[in-house]
Amino acid sequence: MSKKVTFRRVIKIGYLSFRRNGWLSTATILVMALVLFVLGNLVFLGAFANTVLNNFESKIDISVYFTGDAPEENVLQVKREVEQLADVSEVAYVSKDEALALFREKHKANALIADALEELGDNPLAASLNIRARDPSNYAAISDFLLQKNYPIVDKVNYFENQAVIDRLSSIMSTVRGSGALLALFLAFVAVLVAFNTVRLAIYTLREEIGIMRLVGATQWFIRGPFLIGGIIYGVIAAAATILIFFPLTWLATPKLTLLVQDFNLFQYFISNFAEFFAIMFLTGVALGTISSFIAIRRYLEI
Amino acid sequence: MIFFDDVSKFYNHNTVALKNVTFRVRPKEFVTLVGSSGAGKTTLLKLFIREEEPSEGRIFLDGIEVTAINRKTLHHVRRRIGTVFQDYKLLPSMTAYENVAFAMEAADRYDAEIEEDVPQVLELVGLKDKTQNFPNQLSGGEKQRVAIARALVNRPDVILADEPAANLDPINTWGIIKLLQKINDLGTTVILATHDKEIINTIDKRVIVLEKGEIISDQEKGKYLV
Repeated sequence: MSKKVTFRRVIKIGYLSFRRNGWLSTATILVMALVLFVLGNLVFLGAFANTVLNNFESKIDISVYFTGDAPEENVLQVKREVEQLADVSEVAYVSKDEALALFREKHKANALIADALEELGDNPLAASLNIRARDPSNYAAISDFLLQKNYPIVDKVNYFENQAVIDRLSSIMSTVRGSGALLALFLAFVAVLVAFNTVRLAIYTLREEIGIMRLVGATQWFIRGPFLIGGIIYGVIAAAATILIFFPLTWLATPKLTLLVQDFNLFQYFISNFAEFFAIMFLTGVALGTISSFIAIRRYLEI
Repeated sequence: MIFFDDVSKFYNHNTVALKNVTFRVRPKEFVTLVGSSGAGKTTLLKLFIREEEPSEGRIFLDGIEVTAINRKTLHHVRRRIGTVFQDYKLLPSMTAYENVAFAMEAADRYDAEIEEDVPQVLELVGLKDKTQNFPNQLSGGEKQRVAIARALVNRPDVILADEPAANLDPINTWGIIKLLQKINDLGTTVILATHDKEIINTIDKRVIVLEKGEIISDQEKGKYLV
């Protein structure tokens, strides 16, 4: 008998069993969908946390202040040298005039300060470089570099004043990243266990049928096959259902999350990563369904 | 040739289900296995299809040691034995037709054969009108007949029937017994387990009597006198 015919029979029996054990199939799919839902939310949460952390990171920088009489070309020379460093992602130059304009803008409501500036006549502010590192832990190295160079025109580097805060933030962020990943991993593990147990329970209720099939002369693969087909169907339907639920859900949640973190658009994230998301859901669903079935059925085949 | 070679089965070390059972069944023979319930009839049949393992002894079918076959290849020998189980063992999510067809599909039979043989055998057991019913839509006797149809359909070398008439009214009982006799006449070995005195005395073939797991008599053309 050809493999093709056997394969066709396995699919037919698997589909029939799935359909006729309607309640069992529905319950199993519901739990699987719930599991995929949790996994999907973990992905979203990861993206959200990443945006928040990046947001924080982008707020950290160090400033190098130059002496009042430092010539602009020398300052720009320092800027070029700093830009050569591997750890540096961005260097912004703020000239004396820009600094003054920013200062005025910031304190335009305060008449006293405006008056004081008028009184001084001269621009009391210094030119500066705002340096942003690729990673918060790099700031120490950048400051060391500046210290070693010992530029005569550098007045001060504010890292040394903010060192404690920057280090603290940097360590908090790496802790959040690490423990977040661990927590996600743990939750994913629990979700997978739940899915496995559900499939196991479904197969447990059908264990007598498995025994009967063996006793009337079916091979182990002829019995296992339909259950694997069932597992695939569970996975596909659960994944499809989860993705369908995520459409309205992400859309509804987006405005609220945007209030929290401005540059995080959940719906946009879902849509632009849809292909990956689709693949993750379906592959996870099908893998969960088939692997669980495969493991769960083993002992009942030993008859 | 079926050969039980000094077979024993104990449960929990001290409960004896079968004890030193030895007998041969020639091809095309009709053997009735007799004994009150608990005498070991069902256990004996279960050991033959390896639904259970003997504690001691060996069982052969045409020179093959059934008790030594690897589980993964056990289906070969099971396809040669058609079993009518006492509790029917029908697949609840399949119709009568599908239950019978399953045995053929599992045995790698061609679609054309299946489509031809299944309706025939269901007609033979008198279930022509209920082929699309699920087991829970059938009476006890009807389920039993589906089980018989399934046991027959692969044209096995041996038919094991465990109380196949237990749930049937007298008319149907005789129908089933005649059917088994007819199958036997066509060349299939039949081992029938029953405790129905009337059936045994009417069949008028070899009778093996079991009591408390032991064979106490084995007679050609036996009567059940106990």
